[in-house]
Amino acid sequence: MDNNKSGLMKLDPMTPEAVKVKKIFWETEDVFTIELVYDSDEKREFRFKPGQFNMLYAFGVGESAISISSDSSKKNSLLHTIHKVGYVTNVLSKLKKGDIIGLRGPFGSSWPLEEAKGKDICIIVGGIGLAPLRPSIYHILKHRKQYGKFVLLYGARTPRDILYPVELESWRKKYDIQIEVTVDRADSTWRGHVGVVTTLLNYVELNPEKTRAMVCGPEIMMKYAVDELIKNGVAEKEIYVSLERNMKCALGFCGHCQYGPSFVCKDGPVFSFSNVTDIFEIKEL
Amino acid sequence: MKTIDKSNLDKIIGILKKDGYTVIGPIVKDGAIVYDEIESINDLPAGWGDEQEAGSYRLVKRNDESLFGYVVGPQSWKKFLFPQRMKLWEAGRDGRGFTIKHSDEPVPKYAFLGVRSCELKAIFIQDKVFNNDLYTDSYYNNVRNNIFIISVNCTQAASTCFCVSMKSGPKAKDGFDISLTEVIGKDGHYFVLDESTEKGKELTAKLDAEIATDEQVKAADTRVASAELGMKRSMNTAGIKELLYHNHDHPNWAEIATRCLSCANCTLVCPTCFCHTMEDTTDLTGDHTERWRRWDSCFSLDYSKVAGGNFRTSPKARYRQWMTHKLASWIDQFGTSGCVGCGRCISWCPVGIDITKEVEKIRNSPKTKS
Repeated sequence: MDNNKSGLMKLDPMTPEAVKVKKIFWETEDVFTIELVYDSDEKREFRFKPGQFNMLYAFGVGESAISISSDSSKKNSLLHTIHKVGYVTNVLSKLKKGDIIGLRGPFGSSWPLEEAKGKDICIIVGGIGLAPLRPSIYHILKHRKQYGKFVLLYGARTPRDILYPVELESWRKKYDIQIEVTVDRADSTWRGHVGVVTTLLNYVELNPEKTRAMVCGPEIMMKYAVDELIKNGVAEKEIYVSLERNMKCALGFCGHCQYGPSFVCKDGPVFSFSNVTDIFEIKEL
Repeated sequence: MKTIDKSNLDKIIGILKKDGYTVIGPIVKDGAIVYDEIESINDLPAGWGDEQEAGSYRLVKRNDESLFGYVVGPQSWKKFLFPQRMKLWEAGRDGRGFTIKHSDEPVPKYAFLGVRSCELKAIFIQDKVFNNDLYTDSYYNNVRNNIFIISVNCTQAASTCFCVSMKSGPKAKDGFDISLTEVIGKDGHYFVLDESTEKGKELTAKLDAEIATDEQVKAADTRVASAELGMKRSMNTAGIKELLYHNHDHPNWAEIATRCLSCANCTLVCPTCFCHTMEDTTDLTGDHTERWRRWDSCFSLDYSKVAGGNFRTSPKARYRQWMTHKLASWIDQFGTSGCVGCGRCISWCPVGIDITKEVEKIRNSPKTKS
């Protein structure tokens, strides 16, 4: 029986496919990036949309839902930027080049980039939330003329926790993009903003009628970011958020990722805020 | 409509076994009626009935020899379509990688004898769960497509039943291959039989079945009607989705949490609850591993845990999730309520929480107008 109507995956959706670690490196003290290629055929291409995630499997240990953080137009390079925080991610962090892990995916909804053409783009991210939006940033920069003003607001815990600092700098230099970075706690080297990410909206001139916002980070951060965007006149339906829940199957069967009527794994993780407005602030939903 | 006697019911089991089916039916085990493999009608719970109340289930001896004189026990047919534990695959270390092996066991071919109308509805509901817009669960659907269903109409209700209000009983209307209504009367002990599918008709043709007389049909209908009339509980489902969606902060959730033990019994006995988790186990060498799928429950603390925290730590939130999912968000997800009114969650709740009463409490004092 054809048990995969999504057309996204080659095999049985519950069976991980072998992928080889091509590169693994630390981004910060507790965040690392792994580059993966198919073990069977290095030339085989990964197809995914910005915002989607994979289930990465460490042999004998288990799986973790990890968003894809590479450029979706470069189909031979699949990157995942991972926060070392749980059992599986701890094991993944210790992988060496040439090790094999399992992969199922890609799963889930994607950031609305096609429909955002012609609009101003405001991306607000906190912490590891930059990783799932990096594919969107690549896409917009690559098709820069199709979009209006482009703003990236990024909040990190400390200057040492800032992800992709070299890349942020090169985007700033090379492209028409306004990037503002803030940290919760500065150190003596820091000359930038200090405070929560929403304060960065004070440094941006939004054109709310034509702005589409994409927000990813801890839920509390997203709540305040959405509140601020709405206060600034951005319509709810123009705001998109990416949610995190416990995921076991990623197929909409196991129930763990339920968020009100939605299964975050297949109906999300990217949601239009207008679809979750009524439940976004319900505690422990 | 036809009628058959007990010996022909036995013949049905024999024919199905000969056709390669594993016949599953009700048996008495550990003081309850459970579903397991049967060889003949001698395995059926002849003369046993059950008494159920919130937090209570007892088998009682009946004063007749009826084979289906009980209502529903702690188990449902989901344990065969959606096994409590199932190995998805195993893998062995292979250099710096691993090789995955799938089970080559044949798909079981089950005949279910004694499926109640509410249970049939529960199977229809899980059909939708395990066949969503993007994926199909292969095990569930492979077993499901091979199944032979003999439903048995209820001729009595337990005090915990509320299928009438959930429009799922007491009489099975479709979805079975054969349906039976047991009658014990002045004219003997017999079953009024209805066939619905070609498979059902083929099987009935091999029996010594007689055309049912009007009196026999009437006797069966009267007994089903008495189950309907004897149903004490009910659930008012009018606008229930909006009612629960708009009352997530109702004080009753906290009140339920003072009684609820978060034991997960309700989700295990529920014939529609489908949540499960994945477990990876490894042997001592670390070179062999297995992935198992097993039932999980939204009442367990791990259920909504992520590396950075837990989305539902309070029992209040977990009960709210269960009931709101069952009765409200299920409708958005699958176009049907997740409740069939079988009453298992009421009987098997160790503290006797009654879902019908909890809905009424919210309905009678809505926190916010729906």
